Amino acid sequence: MSVKKTVLSPNKLNRRNFLKAAAVTSSTAALAACGSKEAREEFLQRDFRSLSQDQIAKVLQRLETQYEREYGVKFTVSAKEPIPETFFGYALDISRCIGCRKCVYACVEENNQTLEPQMHWIQVLEMEKEKGVDFLHSNLYYDHEEVPHEGHFYLPVQCQQCKNPPCVKACPVGATWATEDGIVVVDYNWCIGCRSCMAACPYGARHYNWGKIQLEAENINPDTHYLGNRPRYKGAVEKCTFCIQRVREGRYPKCVEVCPVGARKFGNLLDKDSEIRYILENKRVLILKEELNTQPKFYYFYGT
Amino acid sequence: MKFIRFLKESFQIVIRGSKRYYLWLAFLFILILWGGSGYILQLKQGLLVTNMRDSVSWGFYIGNFTFLVGVAAAAIMLVIPAYIYNWKPLKEVVIFGELLAISAVIMCILFVIVDVGNPLRLWHMVPLIGKLNIPASLLGWDSLVLSLYFLLNVVVVSYLLNTLFYKREINNSKLTPLILLSIPIAIGIHTVTAFLYNGFAGRPYWNSALLAPKFLASAFCSGPAVLIILFQILKKTTTFEIKQEAIWKIAELMAYAMFINLFFFGAEVFKEVYSNTEHLVHLKYLFIGVGENRDIVMYGWLSLIISVIAFLLFLIPATRKNVVTLNIGAILIWMGVYIEKGIALLTPGFTPDTLGQIYIYRPSAIEVKVSVAIFAIGFLIFTMMTKIAIAIIFEDFNIDSLRRKKALPAES
Ligand code: SF4
Ligand code: SF4
Repeated sequence: MSVKKTVLSPNKLNRRNFLKAAAVTSSTAALAACGSKEAREEFLQRDFRSLSQDQIAKVLQRLETQYEREYGVKFTVSAKEPIPETFFGYALDISRCIGCRKCVYACVEENNQTLEPQMHWIQVLEMEKEKGVDFLHSNLYYDHEEVPHEGHFYLPVQCQQCKNPPCVKACPVGATWATEDGIVVVDYNWCIGCRSCMAACPYGARHYNWGKIQLEAENINPDTHYLGNRPRYKGAVEKCTFCIQRVREGRYPKCVEVCPVGARKFGNLLDKDSEIRYILENKRVLILKEELNTQPKFYYFYGT
Repeated sequence: MKFIRFLKESFQIVIRGSKRYYLWLAFLFILILWGGSGYILQLKQGLLVTNMRDSVSWGFYIGNFTFLVGVAAAAIMLVIPAYIYNWKPLKEVVIFGELLAISAVIMCILFVIVDVGNPLRLWHMVPLIGKLNIPASLLGWDSLVLSLYFLLNVVVVSYLLNTLFYKREINNSKLTPLILLSIPIAIGIHTVTAFLYNGFAGRPYWNSALLAPKFLASAFCSGPAVLIILFQILKKTTTFEIKQEAIWKIAELMAYAMFINLFFFGAEVFKEVYSNTEHLVHLKYLFIGVGENRDIVMYGWLSLIISVIAFLLFLIPATRKNVVTLNIGAILIWMGVYIEKGIALLTPGFTPDTLGQIYIYRPSAIEVKVSVAIFAIGFLIFTMMTKIAIAIIFEDFNIDSLRRKKALPAES
């Protein structure tokens, strides 16, 4: 779904060209300020879903050059399409998670999240055992010498990859959508940065680049995906993508790999023999804020 | 051609004026430059220079936007009672109402522009050229109705002033439908703006069906408050005539609107306090604070107390008809609604955030600066347009007087 050739009737093409021309003229002033060819291409780039394969290839190339120049590292930016017959789901074992935040920091590096102000796609909440899953009494900023802390358990929250995502509905320009393999993605080049989606998301899963992106050259991950971990822009929104750059290559998300206690499970919901299916069928799972009908594909369960 | 001539002549009116007028313009320009420097900094460094963060992702800008949508809407809604009660200078009420609406909408649009992280990409929102996501997105709808409302008002005002300038008959069969159309759109812009908040199921503080009715009620207070003050100034300084009863009537209507507003507020407080679910926390944040965090408690109470006082001033006939208390009331209402929309509506909706965490939001100096600049731009536009309107309506500025003065050959 993510890479689709748009078929246009000749008529429509003309109109589109015309409109594009209109957009060009109306923005000459803006362009005058940064008149390089690259800047122009970037400015005029249409939303990802209406780009043709050729256009996508060009965009990827442009991004690779840009990133290399900016960060001094050779990048690959792919736009790999969904693997057919896949629909991803995730399960997290609450009884195992010890709140060590290894996943948080591994995610930051894997996904090139900005360091200033620090961005964490995964937020680990510390909760009181007596209260159960209770956000109001949870603590995101716990800081103990040792975890788990007595009387507490941990609930990591990241994008719940809703099947009925309110963030997608809220976006005024369609810069965020759910792909065929069940990942809610953002086109960082189409996002205008209005933050409607952030107000709409019930899980605090969307994060904003308040300032210029700060990355440490030695920690950059240069293997990227257009809809995933490529370096982002000031003033655009981003979020967990199940590590789209990995999972579309048949690998696990980084957080699944690094969790020291194996609390994180991931797989294809359409595959009957997958571990995720086993968990759904044999464990008792819960989803967060089910009353909102967001229908997350991120499940929590008690493994023991 | 004729319209261009009208614009040219109007330009002359705008650039000429008394010393006081120039001083006022200079003052506004200084504010614009001062605040504009803040925006330049924001463009360079990003919204980092604001105090908004992931937890509280909308702040002062969107608060001001919401307030001004109310002002824009209400200025036109005033046309309804003007029709019903047959106030004498209906035309003037319409014109000044629309001028206020136009300035308010411009400010609204500016507040959205400064709030987005990528203003250069705003063309993505333009229908046909970009990819406006309607019917799904309420911000999409909002931008659409706001632009429509803006265009409609510009058309009506330019038509009216242009016609008056050329001393032609106003074609009511064309004009009336447009004015009538602007009324539901005025209600529309405010309703859609309320729905923008209302539609977030994950934000219980806004997810109440009373939000849109409450928006309309409070707008019906704040919009006319500006006009009451303006009408009195006009009455003093020009030959503008409006029956005193009309002003009292506006004040009376505002009292009713404020009553409805307060009643809705009471109904919401009851629901939250009596059912005492965890959603109460947002109201608590506004009125008693949560834990140590009592940052906006002052504003919660201030807005409430001010609104009650203004309500009483407008309700009691003696104070409503007294010039001093009437104007105090108008100013109080303005302040009350401003705090309500700018702070009491927005911040508690985000605090605590969806994961229960508290981030204390206070607008940064840059946010205040940029907002001041936008208000100054709004005032500037309003001042200039009002000056033209006054000249045409009251000061015999029209094609005939110009011809007489300049002894121009008659235009064919
Ligand atoms: S968790 Fe939030 S960001 Fe993720 S899909 Fe759901 S609404 Fe969107
Ligand atoms: S911030 Fe970006 S992705 Fe989110 S609603 Fe606005 S334009 Fe869409």
